[in-house]
Amino acid sequence: MRLEPRSGERIDRSKAVSFTFAGWKVTGFEGDTIASAAFAAGKRVFSRSFKYHRPRGLLCCSGHCPNCQMTVDGVPNVRVCTEPVREGAVVEGQNVRWSLDFDFMSVTDKIGGPFTPVGFYYRTFIRPRALWPLYEKFLRSAAGLGKLPAHAGHSRRYDTEHRRARVLVVGGGAAGRAAALAAAKEGSGVVLVDEDDRLAGLEVPGVEVLAPATALGVWEGGLVPVDAGTVLYRFRAEKIVVATGATEQPLVFPGNDLIGVMLPDGVRRLIRDFSLRPGERAIVLGADDDMLAIASELEEVGIEVAKVLDLRDARPRELVAEGRKGRVRRVVLDGEPYGCDLVVASGGRQPAYSLLAQAGARIEYDESLGVFVPTELPSGIEAVGGVTGEGLPRIAPEPVYPGKGKCFVCVCEDVTTKDMKRAIGEGFDSIELAKRYTTATMGPCQGKLCHLSSIRVYAQENRMYEAAIGTTTARPPWAPVELGLLAGRELTPTRRGSIHWRHEEAGATILWAGPWMRPYAYGDKPEDEVRAVHESLGLIDVSTLGKLLVEGPDAVALLERLYPNRFGDMKPGRIRYAVLTSDGGRIMDDGTIARLAEDLYYVTTTSTGADAVTAWFEWWNAVWGYDVEIVNVTGALAAVNLAGPRAREALGRLVEDPDDVSADAFKYLDAKHLEVAGIPTLALRIGFVGELGYELHCPSPAGERLWDALVGEGAQPFGLEPQRVLRLEKGHVIVGQDTDSESNLYSSGMSWLPKLDKDDFVGKFALEHFAQRDEKEKLVGFTMEENVLPAEGAQIVVEGRPAGRVTSARRSEAVGEVIGLAWVATDRSEPGTRVEIVVDRLRKGARVTHGAFYDPSGERMRS
Amino acid sequence: MSFLLSCPYCGPRPVDEYAYFGEVTKRPSGSPSLRELTDYVYFRDNVAGVQREWWQHRTGCGEWFLADRDTRTNEVLEVMLPDPQRPA
Repeated sequence: MRLEPRSGERIDRSKAVSFTFAGWKVTGFEGDTIASAAFAAGKRVFSRSFKYHRPRGLLCCSGHCPNCQMTVDGVPNVRVCTEPVREGAVVEGQNVRWSLDFDFMSVTDKIGGPFTPVGFYYRTFIRPRALWPLYEKFLRSAAGLGKLPAHAGHSRRYDTEHRRARVLVVGGGAAGRAAALAAAKEGSGVVLVDEDDRLAGLEVPGVEVLAPATALGVWEGGLVPVDAGTVLYRFRAEKIVVATGATEQPLVFPGNDLIGVMLPDGVRRLIRDFSLRPGERAIVLGADDDMLAIASELEEVGIEVAKVLDLRDARPRELVAEGRKGRVRRVVLDGEPYGCDLVVASGGRQPAYSLLAQAGARIEYDESLGVFVPTELPSGIEAVGGVTGEGLPRIAPEPVYPGKGKCFVCVCEDVTTKDMKRAIGEGFDSIELAKRYTTATMGPCQGKLCHLSSIRVYAQENRMYEAAIGTTTARPPWAPVELGLLAGRELTPTRRGSIHWRHEEAGATILWAGPWMRPYAYGDKPEDEVRAVHESLGLIDVSTLGKLLVEGPDAVALLERLYPNRFGDMKPGRIRYAVLTSDGGRIMDDGTIARLAEDLYYVTTTSTGADAVTAWFEWWNAVWGYDVEIVNVTGALAAVNLAGPRAREALGRLVEDPDDVSADAFKYLDAKHLEVAGIPTLALRIGFVGELGYELHCPSPAGERLWDALVGEGAQPFGLEPQRVLRLEKGHVIVGQDTDSESNLYSSGMSWLPKLDKDDFVGKFALEHFAQRDEKEKLVGFTMEENVLPAEGAQIVVEGRPAGRVTSARRSEAVGEVIGLAWVATDRSEPGTRVEIVVDRLRKGARVTHGAFYDPSGERMRS
Repeated sequence: MSFLLSCPYCGPRPVDEYAYFGEVTKRPSGSPSLRELTDYVYFRDNVAGVQREWWQHRTGCGEWFLADRDTRTNEVLEVMLPDPQRPA
């Protein structure tokens, strides 16, 4: 099969490379592709077609067509005609039952014709509807491509690199190289990419050459992602030069998908690069001068050329390729058979304009060339060489050559001329609709080999001109790309507070809370941690709270206008609970605001809301232009909450003068600077968890020391889960958990909070309106009648109809019941009302409550 | 969406560095009717053409600014810092 060594061949005959091809051991040479080595070993069947499971062999040998898609070392849909050989590689066929040479599913080719017309799956499998999942399963396995291995996501590492280029040249042919060279003379920053691995190592002075690398598309802003295997270069180019050339088009005639029917470039590649004899006896069909050249090249390597047919002169009434077992045996031309095992057929070249079309160029039919060419290029985009249509001979083969047999327009999707005609007959009268219905041009080649033919067939059948039909929209990606490459490396941004490692050391269960990693609980009994807070002393890391400093002459004016609360009347050293509302009056976030000085406020937000609240503050300040500095100190400060009846006593031992924290000197909702264990802290006396408590904020680097000092005083660390129980016992709302984007202050039981007599503030108009109207539902507490725990989100039922939902529920040891928060219809929101909650599909009774479940007067936290 | 947007401070940067905050709206004053309020809170002009909109260079310098952008082509005609009307 191999020819004598030839000059220019790319194989190194001294280095053998072996691999497994569909179960057979195949040995090729270094420089071979998997396909060329297998071809040399006599393999001809490389795949089974999408729908009919027809055997398919090499067609383009340029990485365009789907015919050589195989699974290589577990990676599906690899075009083995451009994949270099690798020692020990395992190459398998895909979309087959049994083997490439004998596929059970090929029965669809024999008998399936009448049953599998275009669009059959839209019609045949619609009824009965309940069976669709079954149909779908069958269809998916019968049609289609390779299988993804189970752990595909972890098999390779992909990276993304952001690059800039002054000039990015796509295509390394003569025109592309000349353009790159000319651009390089004007300065640096010139990059040339080409998908052809034969250009690897190409040197153009002053130009960075990336090959093999595929430009996947052109997006706005000169963005061109380039697929370089395991690296995706995201190029931003000031100028893009498209030199993608023109792609050889198959001829459309019956039997045109048989193994042995090849495009001239594919044949040339087998001969020139791999020194292979692609056949013994050949027929050459073409409509340009190229075919004469290929005929003499075939003869040079000892192939008998049985017939050269110039389709510019000849208008055959019959042109059919016939074969056996999928391989071409003869071509029948007007009744006269020509025996052959190779048919070199070309329908001319179509400019590969896709990237230009994506960039915004207009695509027009050029009557003189018989192909579509790009016009009206947008600024920053240039086209050179074959892609402009320049240098192309006029070719105008018949859209379809007549004869008996399946005649493929689109080999990727197995669409025949009959399918196209049928679609037209069914009324799919625009090319865009016909494309979607037949799926012609929508396969892996993305129309490279079928776009022109499908339009020609369509024009002929509709008796229209190609120019009037136009083209379908060219969309990225222009070439198949691995999903892993688009996804990039698996990176998960993670935030950890400065005390985080203390929790790990203490064996806490860590979980995600938004972008943060936080302790769920320190042991397997969160209720023990709850009890420690109630009875003795607990400590929780709350460094994840959003923390903002708002400072300046207008600080008070800004806050008064952002919040429904009042702040101007606060004395320095006092704290107020605050809820942020949108202009629609909806609850956005909550937290505390401490006035530290006349012009300085310290604002805390929820852990997940910090970034949004910062942006919100800054946006309104941009609108209003206040003289205020807003500084996000979330990461700069660590914070812990020391809570429990022993909190004052423990804190007193860590400060210089215990009187500083006495009940009189440091009251509930006071804020003051304290040195705790020698660490400067801002201490806030607030009580989210319902016991006497101090939130201590200190510089992050000192967080661990503060933590250690407090644990040294006997504080029991507690995690998020105990905190959730504790706050629920107090009926404290978690914004985003108990409220949603529709909740407002009136429906959430906080009608005391907004000060509507204030001057304008964000949300005022809406709140004025809410104050007047009746809410449809209200946020209330509930206790279960039995000891069962409803799920968060569980439905509330009244008289058999849905009447609300549970947002939080926990078992509370301190209350002695299962408690929770829920939205209920307003007429069910009075305390004591009985409702039913669905728990494990059973309805369980519950009573509506208002206010805190635990220490309702708040004595403990004010103590 | 991959166009370049010029931050008044940082110059042209990929649009994914920015946060979009929608078209510039006029906030009603006084005591608006429910209809005026609903218009302001929920409705946008959504023009096919040039509109003035808010952007923040979120992963860059953090600045809020205004841009006149053609929504059909993503061409940005002008960017500017807001001219705040100081409250009386």
